[in-house]
Amino acid sequence: MEYLIGIQGPDYVLVAADNVAASSIIQMKHDYDKMFKLSEKILLLCVGEAGDTVQFAEYIQKNVQLYKMRNGYELSPSAAANFTRKNLADYLRSRTPYHVNLLLAGHDESDGPGLFYMDYMASLAKAPFAAHGYGAFLTLSILDRYYRPGRSRETLSIENNSVRLIDKDGIHDMEKITLTAK
Amino acid sequence: MALQDLCNFGDIFQESVGTARNVTASGKRKSCSYASGVALSNSTSLFHFYIPEAGYLDESPIQFGQISTMQSSSGIPFPEMLPIPSSLPESLPFTSSQAVPLPFPMAHGTTTLAFMFQGGVLAAADTRSSCSGLVACPASQKILPIHSHLVGTTSGTSADCALWKRILSRELRLYQLRYGRRLSTRGAAKLLSHMLHPFKGTELYCGCPCFSGPSLFYVCSDGTRLEGSLFSVGSGSPYAYSILDQGVRWGLTVEEATSIAREAVYRATHRDAYSGNFVDVYHVTSKGWTRRTREDLKEEYYREKERRRLERERRGTALSG
Repeated sequence: MEYLIGIQGPDYVLVAADNVAASSIIQMKHDYDKMFKLSEKILLLCVGEAGDTVQFAEYIQKNVQLYKMRNGYELSPSAAANFTRKNLADYLRSRTPYHVNLLLAGHDESDGPGLFYMDYMASLAKAPFAAHGYGAFLTLSILDRYYRPGRSRETLSIENNSVRLIDKDGIHDMEKITLTAK
Repeated sequence: MALQDLCNFGDIFQESVGTARNVTASGKRKSCSYASGVALSNSTSLFHFYIPEAGYLDESPIQFGQISTMQSSSGIPFPEMLPIPSSLPESLPFTSSQAVPLPFPMAHGTTTLAFMFQGGVLAAADTRSSCSGLVACPASQKILPIHSHLVGTTSGTSADCALWKRILSRELRLYQLRYGRRLSTRGAAKLLSHMLHPFKGTELYCGCPCFSGPSLFYVCSDGTRLEGSLFSVGSGSPYAYSILDQGVRWGLTVEEATSIAREAVYRATHRDAYSGNFVDVYHVTSKGWTRRTREDLKEEYYREKERRRLERERRGTALSG
């Protein structure tokens, strides 16, 4: 099952996702990127049903970019999150609902860093930390116990597959950590 | 929103809310006008599709293609299923989907594989078309060339695969005529996956196009589109994967790669009941695709038996000597 996690700090948001694209019992790809760059400072992480994830995420991505082209400035993370949620809600009661779980992470000049949790029922919550997938059951309790709002970057330790950090300077790739079997 | 405008889906779905049967008629009408060459008509859509019965899309993929009388007698409420058989073409339910729901959804009775190496891209597939336990055709073609540098493997419903291949070739050729250059594999894969998106849930098609790029994509009717260097699709794919995972490297020569591909298909056909008969191997390079003569895997089985016997004899003499 695919896994996403996001943690918000005082001036950054750290997001990570696993890299596996699987089809029932077969792992088709080991280096599949689940993060979609909506703008310079917003990342959308998307997991869920096979085709829906890419279709929906690319749809949101292109619309956010279109907004920038039309209006000359980028959507803020909270506006992008609400736009995404509105689309999910609109499709929910249609013939083709999108079964996707999302994390939207971004950094705003005025509001600072923000992490938004959305699920396939079109719920939206701004949270200091969030996770999707079976791994969420395990990590949320750890985060509940150890999360401090003012935690600086150096003290973080995340063991996951592809990690990105967003702060006022944009999106930075952190080194890909892979667990190797000894 | 954007995709709906492009494919004119907004209109079609509004119409289909009234009666489901009108969809067939409107879909066909639209496609006729397109064929008459009106590319710059007032409609902005580039594609005209036959939209399936709306009720079809409500069925779960496992139930698709099952005999409807069995379902209704078991008491599962499917009110949409009763009006469907009269308006559907008769050939649809009896394709290569199995009649018994499988423990996992790897349902397509075939073995196809493709991988990239230094000499281009190699694609191989078996040739058995099965139909719920009957071998409908022992010599079907599962690798269909789309144009001189693009080849697609097919898995799933044969009729749907052939149809979508033809649609894809047509669209690529139109793109080439309009814009003066060939669409890349990535573009072709994306085009195919977007065209298949409205038909999600109808278990259509999984294929791996390859190009002189070289690049390799796996496109599935459930919407998956993955780029990679090694893919295998079908009920025999786990067996093929095990051979490929241990043998495929970038530095293979063409002969080595061909023999690995053949071996992988042979092993898969040996174990998988729904794969078998012959093996087709296609090799795609920057100069285009080339096809190896079709090989009967029955011969391969006897050759293997002969080889084993000789080895046993050799070992027997070595031990005794």
